[in-house]
Amino acid sequence: MSGMSPAQALEQWLVARLPGEAAAWLKDSAQRLRGSDGDKNLYMSVSLVPRKIGKADLALSAAELGQATAARPGWDPREWSLDQAARVYLLLAAGSDGATFSRRLDQLCATADVGELVAFYRGLPLYPDQRRHVLRAAEGVRTNMKAVFQAVAHRNPYPSEQLAEPAWNQMVLKALFIGASLDPIVGLDRRANPALARMLCDYAHERWAAGRPVSPELWRCVGPHARGDMLADLGRVLEKGTGPERAAAALALSSSPDPAASGLLWAYPELSVAVSDHKISWQAIANPA
Amino acid sequence: MRFIDPHIHMSARTTDDYERMAAAGIVAIVEPAFWLGQPRTQVGSYIDYMSSLVGWERFRAAQFGIRHYCTIGLNSKEANNEALAEQVLEVLPRYLMKEGVVAVGEIGYDDQTPVEDKYYRAQLSLAREFDMLVQVHTPHRDKKSGTTRSMDVAIEMGMDPGRVVIDHNNEETVQEVLDRGFWAAFTIYPHTKMGNERMVEIARKYGSDHIFIDSSADWGVSDPLAVPKTARLMLERGITAGDVEAICYGNALKAFGQSGQMKEEHWLDPAPVDQRMLFEGNSVLRGQAPRVGEPPAVARHSDATVFK
Repeated sequence: MSGMSPAQALEQWLVARLPGEAAAWLKDSAQRLRGSDGDKNLYMSVSLVPRKIGKADLALSAAELGQATAARPGWDPREWSLDQAARVYLLLAAGSDGATFSRRLDQLCATADVGELVAFYRGLPLYPDQRRHVLRAAEGVRTNMKAVFQAVAHRNPYPSEQLAEPAWNQMVLKALFIGASLDPIVGLDRRANPALARMLCDYAHERWAAGRPVSPELWRCVGPHARGDMLADLGRVLEKGTGPERAAAALALSSSPDPAASGLLWAYPELSVAVSDHKISWQAIANPA
Repeated sequence: MRFIDPHIHMSARTTDDYERMAAAGIVAIVEPAFWLGQPRTQVGSYIDYMSSLVGWERFRAAQFGIRHYCTIGLNSKEANNEALAEQVLEVLPRYLMKEGVVAVGEIGYDDQTPVEDKYYRAQLSLAREFDMLVQVHTPHRDKKSGTTRSMDVAIEMGMDPGRVVIDHNNEETVQEVLDRGFWAAFTIYPHTKMGNERMVEIARKYGSDHIFIDSSADWGVSDPLAVPKTARLMLERGITAGDVEAICYGNALKAFGQSGQMKEEHWLDPAPVDQRMLFEGNSVLRGQAPRVGEPPAVARHSDATVFK
């Protein structure tokens, strides 16, 4: 099936999974929202979602994930739950222009519980007038609640499309700070930049000075822009790091355009071969067995 | 033995408290909306407070393996600022259906002024409209007649006594509360109201039916371990384990569980989606240990000193 909008896709997936009564409630609520411009209905139905629909995993099939990408490039709802899908669906059903949508979203976020915040931020790539929600996304990145942060940062194309470089760099650094993985960040490699590489190396030095471990994923965004001292840092990891750290340093060096990087890597033939044979990947480093 | 503290203001407490509470066996808590020790002047600060009860504080508790529920309402002290009270009443419906909201509360009387009465009644109506439980704060001054009046008005406004928790009881109020079919909660304060020695005698006299205890710990001198400590004392003084379990765990669950928002499986067998999104605690039934860091030595120490 092709040509579905995100809202149509959400409705189809939800209706296929919900018992009759819950599906009917959802469709009725959406219908009411389409017909009215009162905010109160929206606030109430969005709040009621978990009571009506539950919080089980949405658990999309591969074909349905394909529908998601077709409906909105980069959209990856594989980790969504039923309540999150239903809440975003209701927001989209209420429709409206970007300004009204954004005002309602601010209102909803101001009185949201944790589950609602996660749903609203996961929905970012689907909202009208995408540029309007940059401050909202930045607010989500500022949170101290890991689940909310990850709703913005993980499997969400919005940050890489809309965040300016300083905000992007803060998001990546914050992911490391709070122990969130980098691998699920959409556009991580594409948006690597020299300023971020420097920030990450500084952070690694802080951690080393404090005798604390450094996530091997950190080096992924350093490699493509590694120069001078940064190469020396990678050399240090190659020499002294744990297994996963050395694998990460080797991968990072292989992504550097600097000829000196190749020189460093060749000093470790086993790692060199593992890299060229694709035996090491950032996905595997992010998800150790 | 597991415990529930069905009345504690965690927003005013530290992470040390959370660690000690978890170590002492507290698995779930109810945080009633109340005042901050000084009156709020803006509805905006009320909104932010209630948002923290359904958001940040719920998340914070979960990091320590404790399930956090709350009650939402306009407290009696701040009801006396009528301009503020009107605006708060308008935003309350936005919060009553949030996840983890188990009742309208804590509401009731402080000075028993006409304005307090007006907003107590208005919130009882809200509870009826949203089919919710009510948690009643009984006044510290003129307690006996204030408690009677709280129950009279709740019934007058159409509440079923079995869906109303009357809190901060003492020896003078408990008999009438039980006779009329309400839930009788007792706050164990270190120096005021009910001490835990007195509570042992109440348990001896009245048994455990419809009775439970809480700490009401807040920004004042109070003890977030009041429930497990009182449980220990009860057992030492010969109250049966069944009665202690009911008074310190089971009855609070029965009362607030009527909301459908608080279920034993939330801490015994948390849903995978909750564990990923929010809850860092152990899943007791599945024997998993997803906790990131070990509880610090002080918590293990207090575990030993509080409850074995």
